[in-house]
Amino acid sequence: MTKSELIAYLADENPHLYQRDVERIVTTIFDEIAAALTRGDRVELRGFGAFSVKQRNARVGRNPRTGESVSVAAKRVPYFKTGKQLREKLNN
Amino acid sequence: MAGNTITRSQLSEAVYQEVGLSRNESADLLESVLNKISDTLAAGESVKISSFGSFSVREKGQRVGRNPKTGEEVPILPRKVLVFRPSQVLKSQIADSGSDPIS
Repeated sequence: MTKSELIAYLADENPHLYQRDVERIVTTIFDEIAAALTRGDRVELRGFGAFSVKQRNARVGRNPRTGESVSVAAKRVPYFKTGKQLREKLNN
Repeated sequence: MAGNTITRSQLSEAVYQEVGLSRNESADLLESVLNKISDTLAAGESVKISSFGSFSVREKGQRVGRNPKTGEEVPILPRKVLVFRPSQVLKSQIADSGSDPIS
């Protein structure tokens, strides 16, 4: 399922809403999550899961093709932990 | 800067501010989004949200685990796990956000 299929489904379920509004709703949700993570905040959606940001320290990596060492700068990476209910749902 | 936790209420408040539906309806729509994603994944289909990331289900085979307390061997049954892969856009947006390390 893609974002546009998700939007189409919601528009179908909510015939009283304009498709344009449904689109804005879905976009707002994911933009808000992304903005929170960019601020360093955590997003916890009970039953679904939690998005957070993890710190990766600078390290010396290696170019796998040439074997040359390169320094990799410290960075932050997004992380998602599946919620308990969803994890159980996947396994019935 | 870091350390706040955003929950459903802030997300549905953002939807309310942005679209101008009632607070109740905004909350219901957020719930519909999460439920539809969950149902789709439970049906074994992956979910791709462009410029955010994709959720997919991975099947794990059976393996032998060990109870760390007793050292006893226990079989870990085959199961499905959810994997989230952030999009390149989200990754680079977060990678160079702020400089304070997260505790």
